[in-house]
Amino acid sequence: MGVGIEVNKLNAWYGANHTLEDITLHIPANEATALIGPSGCGKSTFVRCLNRMHETNPIARVTGEVKVGGVDIYSDTSAVEVRRRIGMVFQRPNPFPTMSIYDNVASGLRLNGFRNRRVLDDVVERSLTHAALWDEVKDDLKKKSGASLSGGQQQRLCIARALAVDPEVLLMDEPASALDPVSTAKIEDLIFQLKVQYTIVIVTHNMQQAARVAERTGFFLNGKLIEFDSTHKIFTNPSDKRTEDYITGRFG
Amino acid sequence: MPQEPSAIRTFLQSRGNSGAADATFRWMMVLCALSIFAIVALIATELVMHSQLSLHKFGLRFFVRSAWDPVNNNFGALPFIYGTIASSLVALALAVPLAVGVAIFLTEMCPKALRGPLSFTTELLAAIPSVVYGLWAIFVLVPLLRNYVDPLLIRALGWTGLFTAPDFGIGLFAAGVILAIMILPIISSLTREVMSAVPHTQREAVLALGATRWEMIRMGVLRNARIGIVGSVILGLGRALGETMAVAMVIGSSPTISKSLLAPAATMASVIANEFAEAADDTYRSALIEIGLALFLVTIVVNMLARLLVWAVTRGAPARVS
Amino acid sequence: MTSRLNSSAANRRWRWFANHMASWLSVGATILVIAPLIAIFIDLVYKGASSLNLNFFIKTPAPVGEPGGGMANAIVGSAVLLGLASSIGVPIGIGAGIYLAEYGRGTKLSHVVRFTADVLNGVPSIVMGIAIYALIVAPERGFSAMAGGVVLGVMMIPTVARTTEEMLLMVPHSIREAALGLGVPNWRSMLSITLKTALPGVITGCMLAFARVAGETAPLLFTAFGNPFVSTDLTRPIEALPLQIYVYALSPYDEWHRLAWAGALVLIVLIVVSVALVRFVTTRGALKGAS
Repeated sequence: MGVGIEVNKLNAWYGANHTLEDITLHIPANEATALIGPSGCGKSTFVRCLNRMHETNPIARVTGEVKVGGVDIYSDTSAVEVRRRIGMVFQRPNPFPTMSIYDNVASGLRLNGFRNRRVLDDVVERSLTHAALWDEVKDDLKKKSGASLSGGQQQRLCIARALAVDPEVLLMDEPASALDPVSTAKIEDLIFQLKVQYTIVIVTHNMQQAARVAERTGFFLNGKLIEFDSTHKIFTNPSDKRTEDYITGRFG
Repeated sequence: MPQEPSAIRTFLQSRGNSGAADATFRWMMVLCALSIFAIVALIATELVMHSQLSLHKFGLRFFVRSAWDPVNNNFGALPFIYGTIASSLVALALAVPLAVGVAIFLTEMCPKALRGPLSFTTELLAAIPSVVYGLWAIFVLVPLLRNYVDPLLIRALGWTGLFTAPDFGIGLFAAGVILAIMILPIISSLTREVMSAVPHTQREAVLALGATRWEMIRMGVLRNARIGIVGSVILGLGRALGETMAVAMVIGSSPTISKSLLAPAATMASVIANEFAEAADDTYRSALIEIGLALFLVTIVVNMLARLLVWAVTRGAPARVS
Repeated sequence: MTSRLNSSAANRRWRWFANHMASWLSVGATILVIAPLIAIFIDLVYKGASSLNLNFFIKTPAPVGEPGGGMANAIVGSAVLLGLASSIGVPIGIGAGIYLAEYGRGTKLSHVVRFTADVLNGVPSIVMGIAIYALIVAPERGFSAMAGGVVLGVMMIPTVARTTEEMLLMVPHSIREAALGLGVPNWRSMLSITLKTALPGVITGCMLAFARVAGETAPLLFTAFGNPFVSTDLTRPIEALPLQIYVYALSPYDEWHRLAWAGALVLIVLIVVSVALVRFVTTRGALKGAS
């Protein structure tokens, strides 16, 4: 089961650049929440703050509170532990090139010291099934390298890899933007199924995608959260004029 | 309703914070990097410490005196300084024109198919150990010089006083020749790198004015790469100064200064190589170590200068020469 | 400059002539450079191959004047020295390379370390030998294989560090992010993912350093010193292939000269194979699959 995320007055800086200003919202559990907005509005930065990935940049700084399932991820726990509970799928598929498909999916567990072979086999099969990739690769699990798959398959492999560590939340940063329409459709179907077990946060610049998969949508602009409401409301009757301008295509 | 955490989640939670392991690992890597400083500091310290004896006995005049008398404990390093400088200059005089010529050929004129094997061959020259060069020099190069080249030099250039009989083949000139062969690859490959870093627009601009290919090379490439080429020559000099084995094998090991380039001589590196293991006396060893200290300082300065010059030219366009 | 490029007939003829001269001179230079290399290889094979037999590899030097000796002591000695050198030079060098590429990227300290490593590469090896002599041989009152191994190992560090750094920098950032995003500890990610991806290139860098120190003689002259017997004792003097070649070349005995050529051939084959392997791996794509 997934958990909810409470964000309270989150501010982020990259060096002197104030990239996020006073973001406050509540992401419900077991739902898909979409974040939309024009390029550079801060939605990717926001999502990276949710699993402390922005810290990999040495000039990044954050103030405010982020609570995942009641636990403040900045003060109550370490970055490494946070990332085991909050998984991430990136814009460009990034499977480990020196590892087979099996090893890729098992990597999150193995590299954290997990050894039990039978459980690993089980986890790999389950994760690949969840990611709708099992049937396509089940015969080549250990023979093919992760990098030898097609773009869409690679991304589903990355999803399987993220799912293998049994996170409570799955963050997806424009997961289909580098893929063809057929793969994109497959991934969107996936999100519907994953919602049942995990909380999903998906960043997308494709508004139709947000409308298709998410219950709630947040609109970001220039580092601020302009509006956050049910997807239906955002797209049919937005409260803020700027939201309306964006979804009608006036800019962005 | 919160569920029982899965076995996976329980396991991962038990792995805990990796802070201690990460910090330890980071410090280990920093230590490895700092070891490079430690090595330089170590070399400098040992050299200075063990030269003290000789420094106190002879002072700085050590470097301008010509005596080298282990029996009476009377030492002066001038013959070796002379030998080092003279052999390096001969080597540069022979190597630089050839190296630049090869570089020009490989970057501007060579058909693409030949470029790979030819540059591999010059790389191979750099990989041959000094002692193998020395071996070949003793048994092939020196007889060649003694029987064919030196008599010619004596006849044609004997009037300068630089090439006079008696000539045994081994000597300063032979050392200069084998040094030239050894420093050629490094000068050539660096020159190629700086020449490749010159942008094509420079070449095209000169050609558009109606220049021949040689004029394009001279004005469009060499002129721009000047600083880098000087840098690579200095790097070659640095290598020549420190070259030990091949020189020790053909220079004749005689601590004397002669006008003729064909006479036997010795360099700072060759005298250490030839005499250190048998030096029984503390003063003797200290004198040799002091020579080593001088060599250390000179090569560091020369190499630093060369690196700065080459970096200045190639930093904007790090060229990978195929 | 334009006046030199103006097209009077005589001027044009001279420029045409100069252009051709330059071409011929460059070709000539190239031939003059390749010639010694070919000569050396031919001589090595011609003079060395005839003395290469089983005895060469399994026997120690015979008394002067007697045929049938070998260089077993030198071959074993070189193996011992290079093994010791690698165990020092490779781990520390890779560690320094990891620092330069991962932890120190962009910091002033890493710039200085990098510069110092390059300068260190230019220090004559005989000077390194003196320092290690003073550090190990003098206090212990004796030449030893340990001293020889240490000096060669120390010489490997800068080369291994720089090539490791280069190879690590070629690993795409997205791979590192993927590992960190899974909650893998920093140190584990660096070793099992980043270093593992760059491993082919890193190994060839180590081989380059290995090939370079395999042929080093000067620093061994007063550290390892030499030994007419096969020995693996780290506290005693030990023989090395280049060292033996040096002594034999300078000796007055024909039989020893022949052995010197044979030894040089073995040494060259070892080095050429390493250099060729390095070229093969790096041009065929050391990071195949990582792009």
